[in-house]
Amino acid sequence: MKTKKSRLITQAVTYGVLILLFVILTIMINNKSISRTLKGQLIPICSWIVMAVSLNLVVGISGELSLGHAGFMGIGAFTGIIVSGWLLNGFQMEDPTLRLLLAILAGGIIAGIAGMLIGIPVLRLRGDYLAIVTLAFGEIIKNVMNCVYVSVDGQTLNWGFLDGNLPGTLLLNGPMGAVKVKTIATFTAGFILVMFSLIVVLNLINSRSGRAIMAARDNRIAAESMGINITKYKMMAFVTASVLAGMAGALYGLSMATLLPTKFSFNESINVLVFVVLGGIGNIPGSIVSAAALTILPEKLRFLQNYRMLAYAILLILVMLLSNNPMVKMLVRKIFHRRGDDESREEMRA
Amino acid sequence: MSETKQRQQTPMVPYPSKSFVPERDLGNIPVLECNHLGIEFGGLKAVDDFSVIMGRTEIGGLIGPNGAGKTTIFNLLTKVYQPTHGTMMLEGKDMGGMTTVDVSKAGIARTFQNIRLFNNMTVEENVRIGLHNQIRYGMFNGILRLPKYWKAEKEQHEKTLELLSIFDMAGMADERAGSLPYGAQRRLEIVRALATSPKLLLLDEPAAGMNPHETEELMENIIKIRDQFQIAILLIEHDMNLVMGICEDICVLNFGKIIAKGTPAEIQANPAVIEAYLGKRKEAEA
Repeated sequence: MKTKKSRLITQAVTYGVLILLFVILTIMINNKSISRTLKGQLIPICSWIVMAVSLNLVVGISGELSLGHAGFMGIGAFTGIIVSGWLLNGFQMEDPTLRLLLAILAGGIIAGIAGMLIGIPVLRLRGDYLAIVTLAFGEIIKNVMNCVYVSVDGQTLNWGFLDGNLPGTLLLNGPMGAVKVKTIATFTAGFILVMFSLIVVLNLINSRSGRAIMAARDNRIAAESMGINITKYKMMAFVTASVLAGMAGALYGLSMATLLPTKFSFNESINVLVFVVLGGIGNIPGSIVSAAALTILPEKLRFLQNYRMLAYAILLILVMLLSNNPMVKMLVRKIFHRRGDDESREEMRA
Repeated sequence: MSETKQRQQTPMVPYPSKSFVPERDLGNIPVLECNHLGIEFGGLKAVDDFSVIMGRTEIGGLIGPNGAGKTTIFNLLTKVYQPTHGTMMLEGKDMGGMTTVDVSKAGIARTFQNIRLFNNMTVEENVRIGLHNQIRYGMFNGILRLPKYWKAEKEQHEKTLELLSIFDMAGMADERAGSLPYGAQRRLEIVRALATSPKLLLLDEPAAGMNPHETEELMENIIKIRDQFQIAILLIEHDMNLVMGICEDICVLNFGKIIAKGTPAEIQANPAVIEAYLGKRKEAEA
């Protein structure tokens, strides 16, 4: 039984823990008591958390398996880089915070439009077919980005397809990707984006529209007989997730000095899906934890050198086995039952 | 049965060439009018020449042996299937070209033979899905939690509890719908359908799996719903006690065709109905 009260508590705990972590990490950064590798990973972690939360909206809440989520991140990343470069070179906008904000907004909007265009044909499909077609669209996005050249000349943006002879400074250089990006993304901005996406997704789930999305997932025919326009609500979830992925992409792109289009391949889509599945399908706080943990883990496993990804895979399998083991589940339940309140048990499953 | 006979006070009057409607509904446009409705699945006529008429506050019954096409008719009325022949009118408005969603908005709600609740959602959320088009606010109101959100959510909550209390289920509002006992799930489906504020309520075997006591309670409640909401109810049921007890007009179906129409007393005496249910007496038998 998942009551409204326990849901509210879970949400409050999620927001509280995130704010606490942000404060602690900020203090550690100021004290310089944080390792260089972890500090460098903070912004990517924020992006991946937003990616996992937004994909969970599609996979967990709306119940459609999308395998092209990294494509939207790529669109957001390159849009963000273009907007940031354009504002800096064309309008001499030096203020990095404002530029970052505008870049993230633009990344979200363009990715949202792409999500809508792709959603129209894709959301007519169901199940495996939808998964395959989203996978294909993700790859198409990546390959198109591989051929696009964009340069800024004064205040005009020039762009070419498969043709790099453009006047002015090149922002996107086809397969070479974005080069000499001014890294203006900050950890604070990342944290704000995480909170923003969390508020959007959690508030959406607990509203009229969110209930309609879940109803369409649980029982299509019953939802239609209750007067719910299935396509509209599937689209709402898909486009919202695309917008958030685009914002995460813009943040990610502006935290890297160079960025290749091939970064946003099928592999990354699967990676995000792994975050979602490991954190629990439909479980938003779980997505946050698993996205953070699984971004840090490969770095921590660097001492294993060539066997790093092998160890990563084995660890994933072990976690999956353990989290589904009835003995472990019972143990966890026992520990929490001793505390004597139903709510904490609910958090485990929530 | 004396008690059930008292319930049928309004005399039934014939409606030109279609069926019977209660006398009290004569002045109003019939809530439902089907003319020669039919559907073919690749040559197989699942429903053929189905013509009925239903009064504003009539309780109608649809009976027939298994596979007679009763649920198919519900699926036609709610446009889960598009009919291949004939027309339907809801309060005089043609339903051609409507989708399932349009039908719900126009005022037909239904329950399902094999319960289709939103199992992972709470009882309250299930009813709130029924209120989806009744108490509305947009996506941005929901995300930004504007005053409209709080107002509409409160309104939905109150309305939900009010509807649940019809079946004394207000105390279960926070339970997961999938974990309810079978009878309660059936009742929740009716509440959810009522939440869409329908003009015509279609109940597909509402008493299936209920014990005689629960069935008796359900009968009282169906009449209560009709009186309170002033709606028409069409039900499919195999429990003849229920059908004969509360239906004012009954339509018997066999192999997709109407074989008899009339009041409960007429249906019980109709030889074609007896034959459809029990088979023909062998002539050779001595």
